Amino acid sequence: MWSYFARRVAIGIPTLWAIITVCFFMMRLTPGGPFDGEAPVPPEILANLRARFHLDDPLWRQYLDYVANLLRGDFGPSFKYRDFNVTTLIAQGFPVSLQNGFSALVIAIMIGVPLGIFAALGQNTRRDYMVSAVAMTGIVIPNFIMGHVLILVFGVWLKDSVFHLPAGGWADGALSNRVLPVFCLSLPYIAYLVRITRGGMIEAMRANYIRTARAKGLPFRLVVLRHALKSALIPVVTFLGPATAFLLTGSMVVETIFQIPGIGRYFVQGALNRDYTLVMGVTILSAALIIAMNLIVDLLYSLLDPRVRYEGKR
Amino acid sequence: MNGINPSAPAAAAEIAAELSGRSLWQDAWRRLLANRAAVAGMIILSAIALASVIGPFLLPWSYDAIDWEHIEALPPEFATGHYLGTDSLGRDLLARTLFGGRISLMVGLLATTAALLIGVTVGAVAGFVGGRTDQLLMRFVDLMYSVPLTFFVIILMVVFGRNFALMFLAIGAVEWLTMARIVRGQTLTLRNKEFIEAARASGGSTANIIVRHILPNVLGVVMIYVTLTIPQVILLESFLSFLGLGIQEPMTSWGMLINDGAAELEINPRTLIIPAAFMTTTLFCLNFLGDGLRDALDPKDR
Amino acid sequence: MSASVLDLRNLSVRFTTPDGDVAAVSELSLSVGKGECLGIVGESGSGKSQTFLAAMGLLAHNGHAVGEAIFGGVNLVAADESTLNGLRGDKLAMIFQDPMTSLTPHMKVGHQLTEVLVRHRNLKSTAARDRAIAMLRRVQIPEPERRFEMYPHELSGGLRQRVMIAMALLCGPELIIADEPTTALDVTIQAQILDLIRRAKEELGTAVILITHDLGVVAGMADRVAVMYAGRIVELGDVHQIFNAPQHPYTKGLLACTPRLDDATASALVTIPGQPPNLQRLPKGCAYHPRCQNVMDRCRAEKPPLMSAGGGGLKACFLENFGRFQAGAVVP
Repeated sequence: MWSYFARRVAIGIPTLWAIITVCFFMMRLTPGGPFDGEAPVPPEILANLRARFHLDDPLWRQYLDYVANLLRGDFGPSFKYRDFNVTTLIAQGFPVSLQNGFSALVIAIMIGVPLGIFAALGQNTRRDYMVSAVAMTGIVIPNFIMGHVLILVFGVWLKDSVFHLPAGGWADGALSNRVLPVFCLSLPYIAYLVRITRGGMIEAMRANYIRTARAKGLPFRLVVLRHALKSALIPVVTFLGPATAFLLTGSMVVETIFQIPGIGRYFVQGALNRDYTLVMGVTILSAALIIAMNLIVDLLYSLLDPRVRYEGKR
Repeated sequence: MNGINPSAPAAAAEIAAELSGRSLWQDAWRRLLANRAAVAGMIILSAIALASVIGPFLLPWSYDAIDWEHIEALPPEFATGHYLGTDSLGRDLLARTLFGGRISLMVGLLATTAALLIGVTVGAVAGFVGGRTDQLLMRFVDLMYSVPLTFFVIILMVVFGRNFALMFLAIGAVEWLTMARIVRGQTLTLRNKEFIEAARASGGSTANIIVRHILPNVLGVVMIYVTLTIPQVILLESFLSFLGLGIQEPMTSWGMLINDGAAELEINPRTLIIPAAFMTTTLFCLNFLGDGLRDALDPKDR
Repeated sequence: MSASVLDLRNLSVRFTTPDGDVAAVSELSLSVGKGECLGIVGESGSGKSQTFLAAMGLLAHNGHAVGEAIFGGVNLVAADESTLNGLRGDKLAMIFQDPMTSLTPHMKVGHQLTEVLVRHRNLKSTAARDRAIAMLRRVQIPEPERRFEMYPHELSGGLRQRVMIAMALLCGPELIIADEPTTALDVTIQAQILDLIRRAKEELGTAVILITHDLGVVAGMADRVAVMYAGRIVELGDVHQIFNAPQHPYTKGLLACTPRLDDATASALVTIPGQPPNLQRLPKGCAYHPRCQNVMDRCRAEKPPLMSAGGGGLKACFLENFGRFQAGAVVP
């Protein structure tokens, strides 16, 4: 199993390197530099700027410098917020995104997975249809609509009631400022988890070994929890790997709507401002997280299905 | 007890496969029509698509015309022709929503077509040719899966400027991965079927076999996936436009209209609700249709 | 009838499918005596498995059974889940066809065995472990302590089926239903597995229902044989009578299909012409008539009831003295 794990790590590192390289050259080969969008800059200042960001070095040199700095955890200076380092910006924004993402993830799992099991065990009954309809709604209504609806209801219409919640802002992470964004962030994930868990559970309950377990006279609860749940969770885990990475790197939409200073919002602003180094920094961080999460997913597989361990040995 | 005679003529096997294929489609169509949600989805979807395509020609106001005398007009105003009112700049909301729908649906279709072409080609070639080609292509797909793709699309948009054609290409280039995996899986199972072997034995070229024999048989799965990809693409486009990274003024799409509406949320929630309602209805319909198709073409899954 | 373990009375099983209802089993009556081995023979789709899955309460969710299946004074068809759970695994056990997929892949073999004892005998884990290992030894699994700690995928097909048998025997059941227990296994393993089942029957006095499409399996094991076709019993009788003087043309056809090494004259494989029936569009009259070589006008119009066939057997065929027309076959 460990050699399997080591092999996955060995694939992950070149993947990350490839992503860094592609990002770098895409950014540098763009028509128009990062300072084009601004009011005309006097040539001597422009020259200064270019010198400061080493834009006049040969490309391969810039690339090597960038990678070398990355290895030291330095994402370089921000093109836009010139007094800031991208690493500093990420260090400010990431904890915020991380907290919101993690809360949303926990809520989504705690609601989505049990609901999915509940729907699956009553397949094609009214409760199944109801849960599935709610899940479909959660998937179809994008969070940039849901976010505004939540603001309209809790921030505007209920302004004078006890249910009033701030329509935006972070206020250093005050609980009332977290409620709406975290809820909005978790909704689509609840919906996906319901669908995936339901599908996994229905599939698992059809297996021959479930019939064997029932033929042993085990109570239904044990059949579900002991015999079906683990294989039902395999697709859930597959989904949760990348989903966790996305949640933790902050939702661009939710952070924009609720004005939360996380890295998702930094990324959007970076993209709007052509702040290449910031955009690259966030992308690389996110890619690294996705790769790491997929590794964790592979490890979880082996806990859920011993056959994976076996195949890993070969 | 009734063993199949293994020496049955290959041609007969092929004819049988074709015959059963045809009745399979008829069966699927019948099952689809029996699914009320899917049928309702199809009807409403056609209505929205039709309205988006021809509606803007029939309305008295164009999507970008400003009616200075009727700013923030409340619906319904039959006298002025603002059936759903106007926005804060006096532009007709119905005309804008229908025009936005035209763009959103077009991006959905074009980007999905791009994803379809790339995904099916890669998947079918990888699955049918196999060996090193398969490994190489699938490694690449695996690699792409660990790229944060939304970021990737945004980088493309930032780097190459916000260009309409580029946007659907970028989205398509991102959405083909799953399609490639699905088609490859299907092709792998088809590859060893008797009728494919018969085609191979009678000297068909690889390209010929893929086009004439593999593709018609993966069509069902591909169709299901297409109906489920279109809503994803529409969402992605509106997400980009919402962030200000997609379509640019004076063009508009549902995502942009929602963004505009969000700005006037407190004073005029209508400007958010109308385009949002059109978009979610469309997404609902597409999802119902996709689910219906899956149930119809893959009846074991119920 | 007091000596019977399981009594099926007018048992019917229907499945609801998107293309309409399917009658898998129609008004079937049958009883199994204490310690008896009853063979159930038929093609796939004849309803032979569904009959007993219905009795176990294990039909798929779209299946529905009516009628009676009396076991220990309880009608299993009408019993609630907790009553069934009290019997299943304890007095009533089942062995399934495919040992590859019939064991839970993510649980160790030992745990899958001990949970039966914990459930029905309230044993503590060490006691359950000892009993389970003893049972593994009894079904001739080598190194039972080591296998106990293994996952199913680490065992061969034959060993897995032994584990299934051990699981069924753990509580000393009154009846074991073995649904195609050897179909998925190598020929060499098949004989060993059948031998295990036979020994369980002899040593524990357990009644066995052996469901199979393979007449060879039945010949060496069963006391009585029921032949099923299209959801009904077409012939029921003593094993010797079934093999030596079959009373139904279908039974005769099945026997003719079984390749025999001792018969040098049978050079080609014999098959029954035509297809197994479509249960949704059963022909009028006798379901077998389109394939029957002895078909009469009456067979097309009227469904033959089960009637005495002489020698204590039953048959569902209008043909008189059918058995006399054929050369006596010998039990292989």
